[in-house]
Amino acid sequence: MSRRAHNLGLAGLALVIAAAPLFFPNSYFYDVAVNALLLAVVCVGLNLLIGYGGQISLGHAGFYALGAYGSALLTGRLGVPPLAALVAAAAAVGTIAYLIGRPILRLKGHTLAMATLGVGIIIHIVLKTESGLTGGPDGLAVDPFTVMGVAVTGDRAWYWVAGAVLLAAVRLAGNLTDSPVGRALRAVHGSEIAAEVMGIDTARAKVQVFVVSAVFASVAGSLFAHKSGFITPDIGSFFRSVELVTMVVLGGMASTHGAVVGAVLLTILPQVLATFEEYEAMVLGAIMMATMIFLPKGLVPGIRLAARRWGAVR
Amino acid sequence: MTLLAVDGLSKEFGGVRAVDALSFTISPGTIHSIIGPNGAGKTALFNLITGLYVPSAGRVVFDDRDITGKRPYQLARLGLSRTFQNLQIFLNMTAVENVMVGHHLHLDRRFLPSLLRLPAVVRGDHRCRRHCLELMDFVGVGRYAEAEASSMPYGALKRLEIARALAAKPKLLLLDEPAAGLNATESREIDEVIQKVAASGVTVVLVEHDMKMVMGISDHILVLDSGRKLAEGSPAEVRANPEVVAAYLGADGW
Repeated sequence: MSRRAHNLGLAGLALVIAAAPLFFPNSYFYDVAVNALLLAVVCVGLNLLIGYGGQISLGHAGFYALGAYGSALLTGRLGVPPLAALVAAAAAVGTIAYLIGRPILRLKGHTLAMATLGVGIIIHIVLKTESGLTGGPDGLAVDPFTVMGVAVTGDRAWYWVAGAVLLAAVRLAGNLTDSPVGRALRAVHGSEIAAEVMGIDTARAKVQVFVVSAVFASVAGSLFAHKSGFITPDIGSFFRSVELVTMVVLGGMASTHGAVVGAVLLTILPQVLATFEEYEAMVLGAIMMATMIFLPKGLVPGIRLAARRWGAVR
Repeated sequence: MTLLAVDGLSKEFGGVRAVDALSFTISPGTIHSIIGPNGAGKTALFNLITGLYVPSAGRVVFDDRDITGKRPYQLARLGLSRTFQNLQIFLNMTAVENVMVGHHLHLDRRFLPSLLRLPAVVRGDHRCRRHCLELMDFVGVGRYAEAEASSMPYGALKRLEIARALAAKPKLLLLDEPAAGLNATESREIDEVIQKVAASGVTVVLVEHDMKMVMGISDHILVLDSGRKLAEGSPAEVRANPEVVAAYLGADGW
C-alpha cells in the first residue's frame, strides 16, 4: 500500500473509532467495543506473521494470556506500576517467543501449525494448573490500570485507550510492511528461495515477525487484564487461538485493515446473532463459509478487488 | 585472475551424481556460458555455487574465499546473485518492490528504524526506488513499475528477475536460462541486456539453450554432460570439438 493510502486508511479508522460511540446506547456496547479493539490489536500483529510473513500460529491466544497474567502478577504480587508491568510482560513474552520461535519456525505449513498449537496448549495448561501462582481455573483478580496516579476506570475511558492503542498498532504495522524489514518479510512469503538468494536471512526474518506478533498480543492481553479486572486461563485456550486466526483470514490476509475488520466483526457478530438463539453458531458458521467461498482473499481485499473491477467495467 | 574457482565439485542425489568431480575457473569481467543436454547438471551446478545445495565433495572459492557450504544469504553478501530457470518472483508484491528486495543488502535493515519509519529509512527507500526504476528501464520493463508482479506476462517477469539480481550489485551474476520461453525479438533484447551488464563490469555466467545467443555473446563456454566436463574453451574451440558435436550439438551445423 502506498504511503498516502496508508495515511488515509489510518485517518478513516480514527474517524470510525471516534464516531462509533455516537451509536452506543449503553455501557454494554462500550464493553464489547473494547474487547473488539483489543482483539484487533492482536490480529494486526498476527496478520504480520500470517498475512505478510506467510507463517502460521495456532497458539497466539497463549501469548495474549501470558501478557494478561504477566501484568496481573507483576502489579498484584510485586506492586510494579501497571505501565512498567505491561512493558516488562511484553519483553518477557517477546523473549519466550524468540526462544520458542528459533526451533519451530524452521517447520513449514502443517507441521508449524502443529508446533504452535502445542505451544498454545502448554501455556494454557500451565496457567490452569499452576494455581499457586495463577489462581488456576478460578482465575485471578487484576488491579486497575493507573498511570501517574490516574486510574483508567469505566468502559468509556477504556474505549479511548483501546482505540488509541489500536491506531498505534496499525501505524506501526503500516510502517513495517512498507520498509526494508517488511519487504524482506513479504519476500519470504513470496519465495523463500529467492529471498535467501537476495541476501535475506529468512530464518531470522521469520523469528523476528513471530516475536513482534507475540508482543502485540501480549500488550493487548495486559490491557484486557486491567480492563476486565478478572482473568481466567480460558483467555489463552486453543479455541481463542483459532478464533484469532479466523479473524485474520476472514478480514483478509496481508491487509492490516482487514485484520481490524475481522476482529471487530467476529467480536460483534455473536452479540448481534444472539437473537437467533440456539442457531447463533450455525448462522455465524454460514457467514464465514460464504465469505470464504465468495471472497476467498478475505473481506477487505475481496471488496477492494470487487470495487476496482466494478470501476473498470463502468 | 580468478573470480570463481570450482574444484572437484560433486553432488549426489541418492546415488545419482548430478555433478561429478567438476573443476573449472571463471575470470572476472567476462561472459561464461554453461551448456549441455537436459539433465547434464547445469542447474544443479548453479544451486551448488549459490548455496542452495550443499556439495557432497569438492569446494567453491569465490573472490579468494572458500564459500563451500555457506548459506545463500551469506553468499549474496559476498557479491553473488542469480536468476532462476523456474521463475522465483515475489508474486505478492509489486514489480518495483521485487527489485527493491534485490537491493535489500544496501539498505538499513535494522528493525527499530523500520518500525518507527525514521527519516533516514524513508530517504533510503526513496533512493532505492529510484535506482530500481532505472534498473527496470535498463532491462526493458520500466512500464510495469507499479504493476502487481502477479499480473505481468512471463517475458517481463524473466527480465524483472534480472533487474532484481542486478539491484544486489553483484560481482558475479548467474543467469539460469534467461531466454527460455521468449520469442526471437525478446531473446535478442535479453542478449543486449546481458552484454550491457557485462560491459558494466559484472561477471556473467549463463546457462542457456539458445545456441545462437551462447555463441554470440560468450567469451568462454563450458560443456557439461552427465555432470562432467565434456569440453571448455572459446566458442570457436567448442564448436570445433568433435566430442561436443557428437554428444550434444548434433552434426547438422549451426
